[in-house]
Amino acid sequence: MEVASNMMSEVSPPASLLGNGDDAKARVSIRGLNFYYGATHALKNINIDYADKKTTAMIGPSGCGKSTLLRILNRMYDLYPGQRAEGEVMVGGQNIIAPGMDLNQLRRRVGMVFQKPTPFPKSIYENVIFGVRLHEKLSKSELDERVEWALTRAALWGEVKDRLNTSAIGLSGGQQQRLCIARSIAVRPEVLLLDEPTSALDPISTLKIEELVDELKRDFTIIIVTHNMQQAGRCADQVAFFYLGELVEVGSSSQIFTAPRERRTQEYITGRFG
Amino acid sequence: MAEGNKHIVTSFEVDLQKLRDMIAAMGGLVERAVADATTALVTHDPAMATRVVEMDPQIDAEERSVEQFAVRLLALRQPVADDLRQVVAALKVITDLERIGDYASNVAKRSLVLNKVASAYSLSGIGQMASLVQQNLKTVIDAVGEADPQKAISVWRADQLVDDLYNTIFRELITYMMEDARSITACTHLLFIAKNLERIGDHATNVAELTYYAVTGDTLPDFRPKGDQTSAYVHASGVGQE
Repeated sequence: MEVASNMMSEVSPPASLLGNGDDAKARVSIRGLNFYYGATHALKNINIDYADKKTTAMIGPSGCGKSTLLRILNRMYDLYPGQRAEGEVMVGGQNIIAPGMDLNQLRRRVGMVFQKPTPFPKSIYENVIFGVRLHEKLSKSELDERVEWALTRAALWGEVKDRLNTSAIGLSGGQQQRLCIARSIAVRPEVLLLDEPTSALDPISTLKIEELVDELKRDFTIIIVTHNMQQAGRCADQVAFFYLGELVEVGSSSQIFTAPRERRTQEYITGRFG
Repeated sequence: MAEGNKHIVTSFEVDLQKLRDMIAAMGGLVERAVADATTALVTHDPAMATRVVEMDPQIDAEERSVEQFAVRLLALRQPVADDLRQVVAALKVITDLERIGDYASNVAKRSLVLNKVASAYSLSGIGQMASLVQQNLKTVIDAVGEADPQKAISVWRADQLVDDLYNTIFRELITYMMEDARSITACTHLLFIAKNLERIGDHATNVAELTYYAVTGDTLPDFRPKGDQTSAYVHASGVGQE
């Protein structure tokens, strides 16, 4: 409560709220962020840093604002009238919610993978290269190289290298999700947003994605929304708990899951409400 | 830990309560073992001493069943935060309780020997130390059951008095042995009894530290007031210096 009330009263939050205590540089830095769905105040004065090449998990009950925050990070809310964000969302030193931001550029820099796999009804190859074609002019061999690189990083290359020209729709759910991750990283973004990426997958596919997240954080800043507490604990360096549009607590995953400072965090992660 | 909202999954709540109850039951058994061992010593009651020795396997069996239950809870519930701390603390607390049971059993065994050898040494000092240890043990087992960090701290601090008494008894017994070599057998057993009680006190403070961590998430400072100085003791006559 104390932390939350501090956040409401101060523009600049206490240092303990802004990271997991190590000296990793922030890739994404949010200050005084408020978000509105029409008259509904969905995010209230959010201050948080996402460290470079680290994974942050955002947890909280449905409707707490974590997916809203994810949607702000690549300005998906722009598609809907009546939704607006105020404050500062710095990605690589640039305020991405300021007017005049080039959204195509932003979405190249901030990739997103959704809850359900969303492959295009095209070949595996075309799926991976789709975004690259929009942003870069590459030769055929360079494109081939990029496809192999992205599929390898997404731990899918071995399974699909002999059928790159077959439809992506024929892949299993877990493979489709890894394909979507390959498509996102093919444009070499700075930040990768994962919105409950394993909620529609079986346990083995889930573990493969988790392993992948661990691998990918060497190159990307990863922000993952998950309802699976164990997954948040396993995957993330930093965990942020949201409740009713407020950031209640952020800390290292070991701190949050062994000794959370806030009572609401404790009650949520132990399954006492939510 | 029992405070606040209850878990959405009622059976998890029931399991955690059962874990607390099992530790309370084991704690009660251990408390009785220490109390009976002391009574058997002070009142020279061999039947009671034998019963204490016979209780030890029961305490060991309790430890195993709490351990199995806690491991099952970890595997099936994957607890986090205060729930996790509670289960982990439980696993460590039962080890301390089991050791306390061993010490109580050893006190009882030695009291059986003492009944057979003559000794002029007064047992009032050891009796006083034993009652202090029993009080601390009772308080710390209450602290576990009630998830009360303040009670845990009070036990953590109170162990200093136990150590002070142990130092006094240690010196007295050395003096007795030096004055009359025929008392060495009895006094050596009494020395071990006093040491056993002092160790029971130490394990009670371990339980206090674990309880404090389980409830608050913080650890007590590494430094605890410790008063057992007997490891560096040299008698004034210089015996033992060579």
